[in-house]
Amino acid sequence: MAFVNLKKKEVQVKIVYYGPGRGGKTTNLEYIYETYNDRIKTEMIAIKTQGDRTLFFDFLPFEMGKIMGYDVKIQLYTVPGQVKYDATRRLVLRGVDGVVFVADSMAVRRKNNMLSLKNLQDNLATYKKSIFKIPLVLQYNKRDLSDKGIPLLSCESMEKDLNSRLKVPSIEGSALNGQNVVQTLKQIITLTMAALEKEFK
Amino acid sequence: MTYVLGQEQLDAIEEVLEEDFTNIGVSCVFLIDMAGNVVASQDSGKITHDIYSLAALAAGNFGAVSTMAKIIGEDEFSILFHKGKKESIHFSKVMMDFLLISIFDEKVSLGFLRLKVSDAVDKIATILDHQMKP
Repeated sequence: MAFVNLKKKEVQVKIVYYGPGRGGKTTNLEYIYETYNDRIKTEMIAIKTQGDRTLFFDFLPFEMGKIMGYDVKIQLYTVPGQVKYDATRRLVLRGVDGVVFVADSMAVRRKNNMLSLKNLQDNLATYKKSIFKIPLVLQYNKRDLSDKGIPLLSCESMEKDLNSRLKVPSIEGSALNGQNVVQTLKQIITLTMAALEKEFK
Repeated sequence: MTYVLGQEQLDAIEEVLEEDFTNIGVSCVFLIDMAGNVVASQDSGKITHDIYSLAALAAGNFGAVSTMAKIIGEDEFSILFHKGKKESIHFSKVMMDFLLISIFDEKVSLGFLRLKVSDAVDKIATILDHQMKP
């Protein structure tokens, strides 16, 4: 639910990083926080368990600068990936404008990716939103692990599993070393802003 | 869904916030939507709270409490209040999609604040109801 403030000439947009547990959603936000320190005026908020897992969400407000004369404020959120936190995941999705689905490239996580994507579809549906219509980018995370000899899913097989029907942009990345984290963010912001513009035409 | 509020509505909302709250000693008051966006805010000028983070947390908090309400068979808890040693926070739902949040110190009585909140919620609902377009 983006909000356009005509008085301040400001647009607030909500982007949620979704995906299976331990997939790298929080790591994406941490990298963005470190990289764009100058544009982020506040601390990153993280509500996590004692074991350092996301309990509710992470939150990072991000100033995009001006687009068509409007100051664009992007509010980045992550959801908790663990299956048991479905109720809180659904809460974070309320009013979402764009989604980054962070898929885990490790071969052992194949099923988790597919279940989480289906869960995203179901949870969006509770807000009467379609996964086929919402701005969505897939990030195939942890590509760096191939250097360590950990078996990874090929990008072709991930495309087949996750993107054969959606046909949305997909990006290989490594949140840990920052590979394509910014590109993923730029891609989702571009799609989300284009969708907003279309809504207003 | 995207919604737009113009200068006139936002001026009217800010006027309500100023008249009903900052004038009675509330240190910070803001209207947010349930997605966590900040719609309007007013403060006494003496504090520097990060209202964008507060808005995200407040929307999440309210959502969590509403889900708890449903589990125990209530439609919702429409009012929430957290008491601190110096500052306290009061949340009140405005229509279906908005929350009014006030931060105040021990000099403001909770009863008086609740009276003002109830009044302001009606006024803001009228402004939003008449002016907001989907």
